[in-house]
Formats: sequence, structure tokens, C-alpha cells
Amino acid sequence: MYRKKHLSDKTADFILYLVFIIIALICIFPFYYLLICTISDSKAVDLGQVLFLPKNVTFRNYIEVFQVQNLFQSFLVTVARTLIGTVGGVLASAYVAYFFTKENMWGRKFWYRFTIVTMYFSAGIIPVYLNMRMLGLLNNFWVYVIPSLVNVYNMILIKTSIESMPAELEESAYLDGAGYFTRFLRVVLPLQKPILATVALFSAVSHWNDFFSTKLYITDTSLYTLQFQLYEFLSQISSAAEQLNTADALTSITPTGIRLTLTAIVIVPIILVYPFIQKYYVKGIMIGAVKG
Amino acid sequence: MTKSKKSFKLFLFVLPGIILILIFHYLPLWGWSFAFFQYKPGRSLLDSVFVGLDNFQQLFGNSIMRRNLGRVLLNTFGIHFLGYLFTPLPLLFAVLLSELKNTKFQKFVQTVTTLPNFISWVIMFSLTFSIFGTSGLINTVLSDMGSDLQVNILNTNKHVWLIMVLLQQWKSLGWNAIIYFAAIAGLDQSIFEAAAVDGASRWQKIRYITIPQLIPTYFVLLIMSIGNFLNTGVDQYLAFGNALNMESIEVLDLYVYNLGIGSGQISYSVAVGIMKSIVAVVLFATANGVSKAVRGTSVF
Repeated sequence: MYRKKHLSDKTADFILYLVFIIIALICIFPFYYLLICTISDSKAVDLGQVLFLPKNVTFRNYIEVFQVQNLFQSFLVTVARTLIGTVGGVLASAYVAYFFTKENMWGRKFWYRFTIVTMYFSAGIIPVYLNMRMLGLLNNFWVYVIPSLVNVYNMILIKTSIESMPAELEESAYLDGAGYFTRFLRVVLPLQKPILATVALFSAVSHWNDFFSTKLYITDTSLYTLQFQLYEFLSQISSAAEQLNTADALTSITPTGIRLTLTAIVIVPIILVYPFIQKYYVKGIMIGAVKG
Repeated sequence: MTKSKKSFKLFLFVLPGIILILIFHYLPLWGWSFAFFQYKPGRSLLDSVFVGLDNFQQLFGNSIMRRNLGRVLLNTFGIHFLGYLFTPLPLLFAVLLSELKNTKFQKFVQTVTTLPNFISWVIMFSLTFSIFGTSGLINTVLSDMGSDLQVNILNTNKHVWLIMVLLQQWKSLGWNAIIYFAAIAGLDQSIFEAAAVDGASRWQKIRYITIPQLIPTYFVLLIMSIGNFLNTGVDQYLAFGNALNMESIEVLDLYVYNLGIGSGQISYSVAVGIMKSIVAVVLFATANGVSKAVRGTSVF
């Protein structure tokens, strides 16, 4: 009797392992397929000869992808907005969060609600667009950075984390004569590294991945981001032009090759950074969930 | 320094942040006034004719407008309800993965399944296109095997809701499971030991101990997501939408965008947006109230 139960447990384990291996493969395979396509000969890809292994390995795609107009410029814009937006956004959100932990602030409860209401209430896409136009932020690099400086969700995460810090730590600095700024920079920020890393990850990913603000606010091609370049490229080929792939197969590089390589270039930084920050984001989710 | 002076000084410190919030979240509300004018792009609002509530009446009175609004609402609801059917999946995923006691394997599966959450919908489209496109991997394999069967999920008006929801699942299943993993890790082990002494089987432990303890988390997440019912975002639908599937993929947010920016009907699109914002607030307040009643805490 006992033996039988043990055996069925083993069978269940085996099935579960199998199921999870399949799920993991389904998640990872598209990335693998993308990679082998970009390092294969473009013509072979178009002819459907690349299935599970690369064919005629070449790195020409990664050189020729720069034929896409303004690609390097877009890369710089994307890196700049991600760096400035993330550093600025994390600092600004942490700054606001720190002061919202001060209970004796004038009207704290009101201003705090005034701030978090914006998570659930928006004037709408078009009014926000009209507002950006009025502020002169259309076709302006800073539209990528300034509107999202104080991210309310991140601010709540940081505030919760600061509140769980022992008050004595800040108090001793206060007794040493340190003002608010010094205490924020020297005491609070260094102690909040884990949550700041989490928030930085969220914010960097959303800056890197954003294409809608470019679509909405930018017409100047020199301000395009990588994601938007990819979006433009995709919307050109996706509709009727799918057949173009084979028509263009005579040239050394095909639209498929460019599309796949562009996709790979946009994914690679995320995959590179991801394992290092992975340990932090679980914490972030938990705090976020507790706070609703 | 007196107490009130100090408290006002604290406010001055936070003021720059509040000003940013004011400019980018409250100031856009003036744009609502466009809904009460017959605004034409390129002209100033002052030159436009004041029409009062005409635009709102048009939305319901004009049969084409009414049909479009009905269609995009149906799409929004359809995709959401279909999505709700999948909400137990992350819970199940976490429970079953936790059953395997190999921590290295658990960690590996978690890492791999969380990754898709971090890529954009544009990239999602590009990957889907590579695999399911007319000349993509699956169709190539099918035709290599001599099959006449063609998979077409991108350029069709059929099953669009389901396809969108399945893509969402691929992207976010692992991510959504994280919260349940954390909850399972926090469960009191002595209950399981007691159950084992009583001779409970593995299945019984899952059925009667683990799952019931995760249900409150499940419901809280569900209630809060209802508060965000109308906020579908546009990224996914913008990336996957084309002339062939627009009929079924156009959700409310995308409709507002297409109407306002695409066809320049600013006044109508703002009117739709206003109604959306108001309904969204009511939904959120309701969800918040329910959450307060159920678990005693709320956002406000």
C-alpha cells in the first residue's frame, strides 16, 4: 500500500517535470529561433530553410542593419532616455517618497491622496496629448523624461520601504546636525538600495520598451527610439507586404533579416541585465501587492 | 523653528514633485473643454463653435457612432472576460511548481517564464510574426510535411480575442505567479506536518491546505483588476492591429486614439475619453470599496 502511493507520487513528479520543461521551452524557444535566424543567411531564412539550427552562419545582418535610416541615432536617443529617465525618475520618486514619510508635513494626507489618485484617474490620451502640445513638448526629447519623473507606483514602493526602516537611523544623523537633504542622500538612499534597484529595473524596462510616446508625440525622425523604428518597420511589412520578402530575396539583405536583427538588438540589453536584477523584483512585487 | 513653520518647510520640499504631478496629470483636464466645442485641428479653441453637449448626444444619437462605440466596448469586455478565465492559471502554476522539491529546477523555470514579461508588445509582435506568420516557422514546417493546413492568426478577424488573451498569458504567466510563490513560501509548515501525520495524501494537502490559503490573495488581485477594467492600454492592440482584424481588436483606448489622432476628430474622441474616465473612477471606487469590505484594507 505504502509502496504503491510512493510510486504514484513519482509518476506525478515525472509528469510535472515534463509539463514545466515544455512550458519553459515554449517561453525560451521564440528567443532562440530569433537568434538563429539573425545569424543565418537571410535568403535561407526567407526560403524557410532555418528551422531549429542556424544555416550558413554569418554576422552580416548585424552590420547591414545599420542601413536602416537613423538607426544609430535612434540607439543613442533610446540609451539617453533610458539612462536619464531611470536615474532621474528613481531619484525624483525617492525624493518625493522620503518627504511623504514625514508625518508632520503641512497637509500631508491631502497631498498624498492628490498624488496617488493619478494612478487611477487619467484625463485621457487626447487631453494629455493636447497638454503636451501646449507645453511645447511635441517633438522634444524631454517628453520622454519629464512627464514620468515622479512615478506614483514606484513612489509608493519606496515610501513603504522607507517606513519599514528603523527611525533611530535617521534620528542619529539628525542629532549630528544633518538637514533633510543630507539625511535623504547620506542615510536614506544608501539603506534603500534593494528597493531602488527594483524600481530602477521597472523604470529602465518601461523606458526601453516604450514606443507609444514616440508614436503620439514625435514626428521628427532624429528623435525616434529603437522600439519605434521596429514598430514602423513592422507596420510597413506586416500588412500586404509579406510577399515582398521573396521578391527582395535577390539582394544580400532582406526585410526579414533586418526585422529580426532589429528585434534582437532591442531584446539583447534586457536579457543581459535581467539575471542580475532578478533577485530584487520579487521583493518589489510583494510590497506592491500588499499596498494594492 | 516653530512646529508649524517646520511643517510648512516640509511641504515646500515636496512641492516640486506636486507641481510635476499637477502639470502632467491635472492640467490635461482643461483638454476636456474640447468636448464641448466643434473643434477643427489647426484652429484655436476660441474660434470654434460652442456646441454644449451635442458631441455627447451624437455619440448615442448618430447610428454609426453608436455602433462603433458598441463594437469597441464589446471588444474591451470580450478580451477582459476571456482574460478572467485564465486568472487561476498563475495560482495553479505556482502550486504545481512548488510541488517539485528541486529548487534549482524551480528557479530555472521561474527565470525562463518571467523573461517574456520584460519585452515590449512590438517585440511580441515580431516574435509572433516569425513563428506564426504566413512564411513563419509553423507554416514552413506544415508545408514541408506536405500538409495543406495553414495557420493564420495575425491577418484574420477570427478568434482575435482568444489569440490576444493567449499572447498575454505567454507574456505574463510566470510574472503573475511570483506573488503566489511568495505566498506559498510563507505558509505555516506545521499544518502540512500535521496533515501528513493524519495520513493526508499529496493531492489532499494541495486541495485542502495550500489552495484555500491562496484564495484570498486570488480574490484581492481579481477585485483590483476589475478596478482597471477599461484601462487596457494600447500597446498590444496597436502592435497587433491591422486592416484585417481591426473590427475585433479595436478596444476603447485604441478607438479613442484612432478617432482623435488618426482621424483628427478631437472633440468626439475627448467626449468618449471623458465618459471612459468617469466610468473608470466609478469602477475603481467600487473595487476599492469591495476590497475594503472583504479584507479590511484599501488603497484609500
